[in-house]
Amino acid sequence: MSFKHENIETNAGVLLVLTMMAISVGGLVEIAPLFFNKDTVEQVEGVRPYSPLESRGRDIYIREGCYLCHSQMIRPFRDEQLRYGHYSLAAESKYDHPFQWGSKRTGPDLARVGGKYSNEWHVQHLTQPKSMVPESVMPNYPWLQTTKLDVSDIGDRMRAQRITGVPYSANEAEYQRNVKQFGEAVAKTLHIPDSVKNLVAQAQEGNYDGDRTSVSEMDALVAYLQVLGTMVDFSKIKPEELVKFR
Amino acid sequence: MADHPTNPTTSQAQTTGHVWDGDLQELNNPLPVWWTYTFYVTILFAVVYWVAYPSWPVGKGYLPGLNTITYKNAQGQDESWHWNTRSKLLLETQEAATAQKPYFDKLAALPYDMIAKDPELNSFVVSAGKTLFSDNCAACHQSGGQGKIGFFPNLTDDDWIYGGSYDKINETISNGRHGYMPPFSEALQANQIDDLANYVATLSALPADVAKAARGKEMFHSHVAACFYCHNDDAKGRKDMGSANLTDRVWLWADVPGASDAAGKVAAIRKVIGTGVNKGVMPVWKGRLSEQQIKLLTVYVHELGGGK
Repeated sequence: MSFKHENIETNAGVLLVLTMMAISVGGLVEIAPLFFNKDTVEQVEGVRPYSPLESRGRDIYIREGCYLCHSQMIRPFRDEQLRYGHYSLAAESKYDHPFQWGSKRTGPDLARVGGKYSNEWHVQHLTQPKSMVPESVMPNYPWLQTTKLDVSDIGDRMRAQRITGVPYSANEAEYQRNVKQFGEAVAKTLHIPDSVKNLVAQAQEGNYDGDRTSVSEMDALVAYLQVLGTMVDFSKIKPEELVKFR
Repeated sequence: MADHPTNPTTSQAQTTGHVWDGDLQELNNPLPVWWTYTFYVTILFAVVYWVAYPSWPVGKGYLPGLNTITYKNAQGQDESWHWNTRSKLLLETQEAATAQKPYFDKLAALPYDMIAKDPELNSFVVSAGKTLFSDNCAACHQSGGQGKIGFFPNLTDDDWIYGGSYDKINETISNGRHGYMPPFSEALQANQIDDLANYVATLSALPADVAKAARGKEMFHSHVAACFYCHNDDAKGRKDMGSANLTDRVWLWADVPGASDAAGKVAAIRKVIGTGVNKGVMPVWKGRLSEQQIKLLTVYVHELGGGK
């Protein structure tokens, strides 16, 4: 039987199998090797899982759909580097499940927004963006400041992240492992049994929303925004080392 | 395909032989020749692309492609790596730095007051500074540097909280600032705060209740309210600690210009005395911006209008 396109197009079963084979090649070539290639995730110091408060802030970031307009991925182009800072590393989102890279930029990239503005700016800007940036099209999020943060399920949320491979510690042995990997100060914030205490303590200490009397969703979101892109100290990394990871 | 019937009513076009509603037929024309060959060319292009650029995975690595990029490493020596977006960016960054080097070298070498007098360098500062300012400063201080009452200071007037000299501006950008005034709502009675607010209003020649202002003046300069600790006896503030000059009619925290009548203006002042100020935070830019960029921004901000 000679090959005829028609034989495939008129036979749904064959078409299905061949289509799946063709698509699988794309997946196998583009995705599978990344799991075996040692250069995929750069070996850099400083990247740690989010603290309980930052983690809840990230939940709110996702709940409010911030990713629909903001990416968290500075691409290695000069214009992006000039505007946003050093290009994002794979290592910087290795504890993100799911990652927030995105490709839709109605608003600016947020991968390195941490430390760029003051807490007060974030609070005012999230409540009423146009009051800070007149040309902004970002909607108002006034309820963040007035809604008390639900901290009751933070332990469960961290346990779920732990299953995906984020090194939150559930017992003493895991805690000790974290002390070795991240140092004692960070390891303490990753300990699930102390999560509520740690969350409230960070909100009190940081006073992100300017109101110490309660922990609001604004506290969590600003804490998250203020840590974005700040974990890796690029002054300690030679640029040519990162080149060799690609 | 030749065994399919042709469409009898239109042309020589082939049909699939399916017929609906008696006369609806499905045409089965071959693809246009130009389309087919363009398709083959794209396949050929892909092969060339796979060879020229990093592409196919091989073992635990991948084909690096044919192109190499040569950049300078940290020791200043030439170093090559296969083409990728990171090596390309590194090279482009270094090339741009080389192109701008004469300007930045001159900027680093010249004292501040000489920079403004050098027309060529000054135009570099203005154009590069405008971009830096827009990307980093404008979100708070607004695009023209006019600031925002109640939040961020105006950089275009000649009132400087921490000092408007080149060195002080540089210090503010590099290390950031954290302004603080304690809240007086618990330490003082409401009527005492009202007295103080009336006195502060008179310092800026605003209409106020004379009797209240007199009592406020007493408190301001005594240990009852002790405002003079930070704002000084002359109420002109202390730039070393960022306490405001209360006599210059320039307002940052109290929205005095936004109030329509005298009572509203006093109320705005009263509010700030009661709640204090704990939001005068300027972020630290050292680390995020290079020393050269900060020096450039210093000159730019100084030239916005109010530099001392």
